[in-house]
Amino acid sequence: MIEHYLSLFIKSVFIENLALSFFLGMCTFLAVSKKVKTAMGLGVAVIVVQTLAVPLNNIVYTYVLKPNAIQQGLDLSFLGYITYIGVIAALVQILEMFLDKYVPTLYSALGIFLPLITVNCAIFGGVSFMVQREYNFTESVVYGVGSGLSWAIAVVLLAAIREKLKYAHAPEGLNGLGLVFITAGLMALGFMSFSGIQL
Amino acid sequence: MANEMPSAKEAFTRPLLHENPIMIQVLGICSSLAVTSNMKTALVMGLAVMAVTAFSNLIISSIRRWIPNSVRIIAQMTVIASLVIIVDQLLKAFSYDLSKQLSVYVGLIITNCIVMGRAEAFAMKFPPVLSFMDGLGNGVGYALVLCAVGAVREIFGSGTFFGLTVLPLVQNDGWYESNGLMLMPPCAFFLIGLFIWLSNQALKTHSKHEYDTSRKDAS
Repeated sequence: MIEHYLSLFIKSVFIENLALSFFLGMCTFLAVSKKVKTAMGLGVAVIVVQTLAVPLNNIVYTYVLKPNAIQQGLDLSFLGYITYIGVIAALVQILEMFLDKYVPTLYSALGIFLPLITVNCAIFGGVSFMVQREYNFTESVVYGVGSGLSWAIAVVLLAAIREKLKYAHAPEGLNGLGLVFITAGLMALGFMSFSGIQL
Repeated sequence: MANEMPSAKEAFTRPLLHENPIMIQVLGICSSLAVTSNMKTALVMGLAVMAVTAFSNLIISSIRRWIPNSVRIIAQMTVIASLVIIVDQLLKAFSYDLSKQLSVYVGLIITNCIVMGRAEAFAMKFPPVLSFMDGLGNGVGYALVLCAVGAVREIFGSGTFFGLTVLPLVQNDGWYESNGLMLMPPCAFFLIGLFIWLSNQALKTHSKHEYDTSRKDAS
């Protein structure tokens, strides 16, 4: 049993890296990866939200949206998208208020990143994958932590490389974003080497 | 974005090249990378985004005076999510295989920053028809880049174009040794990076050393 969850965890962190093999959360990935410190802050925020959002949506899916969940013959799964995004938006809002009230230090560290996360496709993508693969509750917790962590690792790594890229002499038109794309591509190639691992 | 009212034609043509959502504004990258390994999915994704952007701009712009500022994100999300559900249901009804191939990426149009970005930057300020044109223009600009990447990847990756053989493969007694890298995810990064380079050179935009991230939206 424990091996199953461990393998799911490893798979979601390395083999199915949300940022580098599914390209989720790319806009934030590219926009907030200029400094390692900010990238770290955003990474932690994503881990927290992902860990809460995936299991929460799992509960919503299992008990409300799944075919025959509320009533025999009632299939609400077409309402999926609007429900998930609503749950994520509400979760982020509540988390923000909660942190502001009880953990102000964490709030001031994560504060500016939290609103960004509502529209981060890494969260929404993680939730969609969880539904598509029909994870049960425990699996969804593991998957939430793992996929959040995978995104955080990717963004921190990219930020570390970008800090050094400042000193590179690239062709003029390539400077800036073009170069970041190619760097991310190379990182994705690197992460592809995990793909052969079977646990 | 200039605050004076652009003409309808301008609103449509500007995002095609000079303010292309992918290459210049760098919005909506996620889906553009993931669905471009062949032309068919790229085109369908482009059309879907075009429809959603155009109509969400139209709807949001027509109700913009009644949306309180504090809940505007949620209001926009609701409009966009409803439109995406419609697109998803249509896809499932009329081409089930394609909707299976696109998997979660259809749903991800909701969090596609082009849609949100245009709603926030344009539809909240300008009248409905103009916003519709702007949304359409951005959708077309997005679809163009998607198809360009899709074309390169499909032709060089599997020697076909829309599933028709263009370069006969060695396996099928042809001459073209397919480039497997083209079909793999990282290749999309390289191609878009190169496209950005090309467009920077061609349009002679002043290249900033680090990209300006002062945009409000990001997803």
